[in-house]
Amino acid sequence: MSTQDDQAKDVVEAEAGETQATAPQAKEPGTGSSGTIILFFIFGILASLILGWAIFPTLLYSKKQQPVAFNHADHNDQVDNGCESCHFFREDGSYSGVPKLEQCIDCHEEVQGETETEALFVSEYVQKDREVPWLVYSRQPPCVFFSHAAHVKKAAMECAECHGPIGESDSLKIYQQNRITGYSRDIWGGNIIGLKKNSWDRMKMDDCVECHREKGVNQGSVQTEKGGCFICHH
Amino acid sequence: MKIDRRSFLSFVIGGAAGTALTPLPWKLTDDIAIWTQMWPWTPVPVNGDVSYVDSTCTLCPGGCGITARKIEDRVVKLEGQPGHPINDGGLCLLGLSGAQLLYGPRRVKTPLKKVNGKFKRISWDKAISEVTDTLKQLRSKGHSHKVAAIAASDRGTVPELINRFLTAYGSANFIRTPSILDTYELTLHLMHGVQALPGFDVENTDFVLSFGSGLLDGWGSPVRMFRANSKWREQNGKVVQIEPRLSNTAAKSDNWIPIKTGTEGALALGLAHVIIKESLYNKDFIHNYTSGFEKWKRPVVDGFSPEIVTKITGVNQATITDLARKFARASKPLAVCGRGWGATPGSLKEFMAVHALNALVGNLNMAGGIWALPEPDYIEWPELEMDRAASAGIQKGRIDGAGTPNYPHARYLLNRLPEIINSASTSPIDLLFVAESNPLYTLPDTAATKEAFEKIPLVVSFSSYMDETAEMADLILPNHIYLERYEDVPVTSGIQYPLIGLAKPVVNPQFNTKHTGDVMILLAQALGGFIANAFPWKSYEACLEETLGDKWEPMVEQGYWINAGSKAADWPETFETASRKFEFVNKEIDALPRFAIVKPQGDETSFPLVLIPYDSMRLQRGFIGAPPFVIKTVEDSVLKANDILVEINPETATTLGLKAGRYAKLSTPKGSARVKVHLFDGIMPGLVAMPAGLGHNAPDKYLSGKGLNANDLIGPFEDSASGHDAAWGVRAKLSKV
Repeated sequence: MSTQDDQAKDVVEAEAGETQATAPQAKEPGTGSSGTIILFFIFGILASLILGWAIFPTLLYSKKQQPVAFNHADHNDQVDNGCESCHFFREDGSYSGVPKLEQCIDCHEEVQGETETEALFVSEYVQKDREVPWLVYSRQPPCVFFSHAAHVKKAAMECAECHGPIGESDSLKIYQQNRITGYSRDIWGGNIIGLKKNSWDRMKMDDCVECHREKGVNQGSVQTEKGGCFICHH
Repeated sequence: MKIDRRSFLSFVIGGAAGTALTPLPWKLTDDIAIWTQMWPWTPVPVNGDVSYVDSTCTLCPGGCGITARKIEDRVVKLEGQPGHPINDGGLCLLGLSGAQLLYGPRRVKTPLKKVNGKFKRISWDKAISEVTDTLKQLRSKGHSHKVAAIAASDRGTVPELINRFLTAYGSANFIRTPSILDTYELTLHLMHGVQALPGFDVENTDFVLSFGSGLLDGWGSPVRMFRANSKWREQNGKVVQIEPRLSNTAAKSDNWIPIKTGTEGALALGLAHVIIKESLYNKDFIHNYTSGFEKWKRPVVDGFSPEIVTKITGVNQATITDLARKFARASKPLAVCGRGWGATPGSLKEFMAVHALNALVGNLNMAGGIWALPEPDYIEWPELEMDRAASAGIQKGRIDGAGTPNYPHARYLLNRLPEIINSASTSPIDLLFVAESNPLYTLPDTAATKEAFEKIPLVVSFSSYMDETAEMADLILPNHIYLERYEDVPVTSGIQYPLIGLAKPVVNPQFNTKHTGDVMILLAQALGGFIANAFPWKSYEACLEETLGDKWEPMVEQGYWINAGSKAADWPETFETASRKFEFVNKEIDALPRFAIVKPQGDETSFPLVLIPYDSMRLQRGFIGAPPFVIKTVEDSVLKANDILVEINPETATTLGLKAGRYAKLSTPKGSARVKVHLFDGIMPGLVAMPAGLGHNAPDKYLSGKGLNANDLIGPFEDSASGHDAAWGVRAKLSKV
């Protein structure tokens, strides 16, 4: 008898039944996996956008107070030559920058007024002959050579054009120091993507270049007309 | 929802995409770039006020005025002081590198004591008390004469404080390091009867006859000589350089006369012969202001005709005659000698022969000539009183034999000291002070010097740098370097007017060092008694101010004091001999041995060549080893990697089978070493020339181990007339290796 064939048919039928049973399950659409993928993709984008635009700028800068709460507006009223009274050119043409204690002692050898700030200044610094460790907003890295003489005397620029209206301020703003480089936020600028409204909002090379291009400054050597880089990067 | 690997990956990709749309990557890149410039080991100059401080350089005897540019407290550059009488704004390579010496790794930063072969830091109190203890011990045993001091100069408050200390203590053994000053002083003493310094009016001469002097290689006051040379060029002056090798000086001269080594003195006498024979000498001076001319000229006329001299020197007869005529007929001729920069005193008779040439043309104390300058006398301290121990010590005499019947005229004979110590069973010196000098490097026959110094129980070095002598010393009491201290610098390097420079502190002492002047005062006061009485000052600065008196203020302001109105004495007054005239011969001169060429040591068969060291501005043979700025300028034909190159004539090379750039073995009676060969047409065949100033094994890795020290291969040779070292070279052999 063809028992083999019968048995085979049974087996085949049995197998067919099984596959039929499982197939329908496989044909259903898998909503779980690809949705998760897209979702996480979106999470990723959102997280990095928030990190990059909001968290990073905040974390990048540490906030420091100036050692003495100096009032520019006040002092500007009382001196004869405006900014130049304390920020001046020395005899050899170099710029004095942020004043040394010597400058302050000219007037503040003893307490002049009635504020606590001044009293603190005189006792902690003048009497101890300690230089005030000012945090300088406009400090550039050592690769940059900047000549105040060329800009203030030759180009007759105003201090505020690069440094902002600091002379009119009542107090020194918080010094925001870049934790990686050690320089002030004023160099890159307050705006994280470098957008600026005023000429003094940013002090990166691009900002110098902008003005130089606009004014058609001759960047090169007079003789060879070359050497643009080396004028500022000795 | 299933959070699996895929969702994590998509989160990351989303994050990356998002990040690229934020300013983060760009800002971070910019910040990291700046961050790399701020690493603490990257040198960044300070920002700050610029200031200039004037001072005087003491790295060589030249005495140039310098001005240091500082940013805040940091010396950034050294420049020559504009308007200074010696250098007027110029400065040599070594002077310019002073800031490297100030801040570099050579500095000895605290007092050090050698314990079991290694240096240990000790406090100043301990250091001073150690020295004081030994001094007291020696004195109590009646051994004060066993204390000696080596110094670079015997003029100026610090050397004179050391000398005063030794005298009050009871020792006559203050020894100045050797140089041509020794021989020039002695020449002036014998022929003028004065204790004087030689001055050369190079600014006003129009014909310079140089017997091997390195006019542009460090002789005299280097920057001054360069400026004088420029003047000679501008005003059509003539320079005749007589030497066996085409040095920088010879190359820039108008006439280079190659000559057989060591025979310069014979040539001088040969020129004198011609001048006498042809009556070209200054009749007024010779007949009215000299004595002994007739006696002196006899052997010159008989024994130094051009026929004879040409055989000795190799210079041809026509050149000799021609040169003599040109020299005598020049309006302001000047003859100078002292080989190279003047490290070796040389043969007294040779110097006297050259000085006789100056006398023949009558340029003594005249414009453009050689002057005898009175020694600086501004230091007027109260006469010191000696106690019995001191007198007893002084009576024992000098250890180096200077002034004894064998060496009646020499004042200092440091070249004899190593042999004296080595040949004695116990060292005759128990305590040696070494100030502003490095005898273990600068004295010929370094092996003998080292052996001798090692025999001395206590060697105290005042060096600011860990140089060769400091390294083997038992105690180092480091001095401030010249940029950190006040000191008077009387210039003795051949200027023709009295000038005292003032070294001023340009910065505060950077380390725990102490002024040697202060150390001497402290030692004296610790010893008490008559010694302390001889040192009545509270500090060195007080001593200096008091000593300079009313010169102090102008010196602080201007940086130097000059006797602008000084003139050389006129002829009758300038000579203090018995006859009140310039003496060609006298009792003392007659007692000297006859003129003889100094021969190089070694036997001709084993050592067929002759080795001469040569000086250049790019290497320093003196106590300061070349700083890194300077060593970097040395050419590949002098030093290649760590190998020194010796010059030989191509003819010599062919004979010996040596090739350019290949190694060879250089041997002398003193030792041998491996060198590289450099072929040079500007050197006579049969000669080997070796740059001097290399071969340090201290003070830092930038100089150590480069090349060879010529003094390793050359030994001293006692001049029969004076006892000074007159070795100008040594016999040598070059063989293939």
